[in-house]
Amino acid sequence: MSKKTALYQKHLDAGAKLIDFGGWEMPVHYGSQLNEHHQVRQDAGIFDVSHMTIVDLVGENIKPFLRFLLANNIDKLKQTGKALYTCMLNEQGGIIDDLIVYYQSNTQFRMVVNAATHDKDLAWIQQQNTNFNVQITERTDLSMLAVQGPQAREKVKSLLPEALQTSAMALKPFNACWQADVFIARTGYTGEDGFEIMLPHEQVSDYWDKLLAAGVKPIGLGARDSLRLEAGMNLYGTDMDETKTPLESGLTWTVAWQPDERNFIGRQALENQKSTRHPVFHGLVLLDKGVLRGHQKVYVENFGEGEITSGSFSPTLNAAIGFSRLPAGDYQQVEVEIRNKRLRAKVVKLPFVRNGQVCVDLNIL
Amino acid sequence: MSGDIPKNLRYAETHEWVRNDDGIFVVGITDHAQEALGDLVFVELPEEGREVNAKEECAAIDSVKAASDLYSPVAGKIVAINPALEDEPEIISNSPYEDGWLFKIEPTDINSLDSLLTAEQYKQKLEEA
Repeated sequence: MSKKTALYQKHLDAGAKLIDFGGWEMPVHYGSQLNEHHQVRQDAGIFDVSHMTIVDLVGENIKPFLRFLLANNIDKLKQTGKALYTCMLNEQGGIIDDLIVYYQSNTQFRMVVNAATHDKDLAWIQQQNTNFNVQITERTDLSMLAVQGPQAREKVKSLLPEALQTSAMALKPFNACWQADVFIARTGYTGEDGFEIMLPHEQVSDYWDKLLAAGVKPIGLGARDSLRLEAGMNLYGTDMDETKTPLESGLTWTVAWQPDERNFIGRQALENQKSTRHPVFHGLVLLDKGVLRGHQKVYVENFGEGEITSGSFSPTLNAAIGFSRLPAGDYQQVEVEIRNKRLRAKVVKLPFVRNGQVCVDLNIL
Repeated sequence: MSGDIPKNLRYAETHEWVRNDDGIFVVGITDHAQEALGDLVFVELPEEGREVNAKEECAAIDSVKAASDLYSPVAGKIVAINPALEDEPEIISNSPYEDGWLFKIEPTDINSLDSLLTAEQYKQKLEEA
């Protein structure tokens, strides 16, 4: 029996095609994935992301606990409301999940983790908590909306409670503010400006209706995937899992090596891997005609073989793009096997698109 | 939702349609198929002159969602492909039964058309699924 969000009926009303996603019945599109993609890049779109797991962590030992639990270091968070993207690793350095953690006070943090990993994440966090005695509360009473696009913040502004309007509009990227149970963060998964809003289920329909009335269009998981791919953002379960470390997943930047004495779960394994010749993560643009997809085989001349982890057609570049896990080495071009043919692809620096702008040189095409 | 299913065409279980144009079979995908695929971004067609068997994989369509293989409904020789699809695959979505045709086959056996589903049978198949 799949779960439904508080906006289930609203999705049906908006003409959504629903699919199962991590045990939830979620909209994949509302007509055209391509139009929805462009809508977010050019104007503003709204995503129901209530399937994601919100966890509040409270206690005197919260900081030591998170310093131990997470590969990135929460001590980077100096100001209340600041957010941090991080991996949560197992002892082998494999990624249990990627998540965002928000610093609310010296005794309170909020975490947002993936839907498909809900059970194992909570079990793992509880298990590690044994010696820290932090109070862990899943916020099943909250819905979550993402409003994304160059016009997103402006369209959200008037809906916010007065007490939050000024502070929300003044938020810097990757910062949050809140009042009672309404929590606004200037974060997202599209490469565009915007907000992620956590709020009680009873209020979410009202926000949804008003944003639609303001011209914000509903966006499904399909476009969410092509947007995040263009933005160079990994998808858990596809681009990385428990058998892959951050160093093999393009997430080395999220590992806080300093200070040396911070002992986080997985640290030793990562230290060991660091000095070896391990696989690396690269963005690819397909030069020949076709579309990159997960699990396609990649050949790197003189260096070996690798694999596409996720790929799609990029509506913004009008070309096929993807992420790949490849042998380490110095090379710029690779071959991807698609339907028994080897097609040429170019290694590019991620992201492909940020804030509506193409970041790769399209003259290569 | 089964989409439009013209009476004058024959259908394969894999959602291709076939029209007999004076002994040359024109092949495309059904309205139902294009709707299920979503926004189309790339079509790979067989080479002209290629001999294909019935139910042989001979083309592919990529949508933003996924890649789908297409099968030749009958045995024969590919005598033409639709050149417009290379740059505008969305023609298939807009006109699956006319401008969005994929390729033409000179059939090995003109009677092979009879082995395919009628519009009524195809409709029934979609309703069962």
